[in-house]
Amino acid sequence: MTDTFDVIIIGAGVIGNATAYYLARRGLKVAVLEKSDHIGGGASARNGGGVRQSGRHPAELPLAMYGVKNLWPNLSAELDLDVEYYRAGNLRLGKTGAHLDILAQLVQSAEAGGLDMRLIGAVEARGICPGLAEEVIGAGWCPSDGHANPLLVTLGYYRAARRLGARFISGAEVVELRKIRGRVAEVVTAEGEIRSAGRVVVAAGYESRKILSSVGLDVPMHPLQVECLVTEEAPPMFCQMLGTAMADFYGHQSRHGSFVFGGSHGYEAHAFYGQPLGTSIAASSVCRAIIGYLPALREIKIVRVWAGWLDECADHIPVIDNPAETPGLTVACGFSGHGFGIAPVVGILLAALATEETPVLDLSAFRYDRFRAQV
Amino acid sequence: MSSERTRDFGRYVAAADDDVIICRCEEVAKGEIRRAVRDGLFTVHEVRRLLRCGMGLCQGNTCARLVRGIIARELGVAADSLVEATGRAPARPLEMRVFAREQGL
Repeated sequence: MTDTFDVIIIGAGVIGNATAYYLARRGLKVAVLEKSDHIGGGASARNGGGVRQSGRHPAELPLAMYGVKNLWPNLSAELDLDVEYYRAGNLRLGKTGAHLDILAQLVQSAEAGGLDMRLIGAVEARGICPGLAEEVIGAGWCPSDGHANPLLVTLGYYRAARRLGARFISGAEVVELRKIRGRVAEVVTAEGEIRSAGRVVVAAGYESRKILSSVGLDVPMHPLQVECLVTEEAPPMFCQMLGTAMADFYGHQSRHGSFVFGGSHGYEAHAFYGQPLGTSIAASSVCRAIIGYLPALREIKIVRVWAGWLDECADHIPVIDNPAETPGLTVACGFSGHGFGIAPVVGILLAALATEETPVLDLSAFRYDRFRAQV
Repeated sequence: MSSERTRDFGRYVAAADDDVIICRCEEVAKGEIRRAVRDGLFTVHEVRRLLRCGMGLCQGNTCARLVRGIIARELGVAADSLVEATGRAPARPLEMRVFAREQGL
């Protein structure tokens, strides 16, 4: 006899786990299938932990703002785990006139979406974060942005969903979705196990693509490698999320005292897709950028570097939808490196989509059928 | 092989050595690791992501085998059936200014 569930979620990352939690809280019978042997071992555990509204795509901004207003403040209590959420602001730094122009555009876009963000001068920026380099001449400042610990959020949702009775099965690679009378109703794993569900949610990052192809869907995205590093612990220096106009680095100081930084080196799109192994140039490139903005960190020691893959969608925003051509299927992928900060609200939205209720926010920008020929 | 994460461990029985520090860098006690396993964290990676054991200055050089053994005993499996945590660069903590000198691929 096959196992039957109200909802099967594919992917035990932060999005899948959050969705499992909100569905289990409604009393639904939920299973989460994870290809890896580890829960939350993909991008969910490898990102920089930003809980950011500023710099978001206009379509994503309402999701980010809803999360910061309604979900992040209570998340630790809700999950019975301190997820180290700080709502201490985001400073996006600039050193040149061209940088300030980029920041001004971000401010304009934030204001259009109703987000409190403004340009501040060097003195005010140094008042917020005293260690900044003298070359910093201004910054974009969004006081309600922040950061949290992505490892704890991901595992916290897992633990909470599991406590509510959601069943998680790791090492279960989904190779096929099957339709019955036109409706997606069965999930087949590499081990040949078949499980039935009233609804299937695919939230498997880039790997979603292969799974969706079994029912004829395709989301235009590509895997993009991102690398991060963490330092030894140090006394508290700043509690904001930091970034730059050029996006050459971003990061924060964690509760633990270590600094977590990420950044780019320019070859990300050409990385060899497979195991998330870091390159030899990423940490060096990020360190140069950090020292250029925070010279006091020159002597701090790096204890670990790592890499991860994000699912970069063609238009840089995710697909969050029940595609019309595949009844019974909910798609959530293509988060393009912005998924962590909106994971709680996306979990709530997906729980609504999976139960065919009207979501609390408009999701028309994230429809599966939005992609049109560009030539 | 697939692993069902819902499992009946029975009642938690406190052990006399639950308070022993296993990860010295991050001060993680044995009992915390045992409880994490019962909360569904079945791999070395998951436990260290939750508790930070093996994530401190020595990067698990001291405690990795101990942590793995505790998880295995709690799960009732052989320790070598559990994958060790991934070792990551640098081999020893290294200053940012040193990293920053490297330029090429």
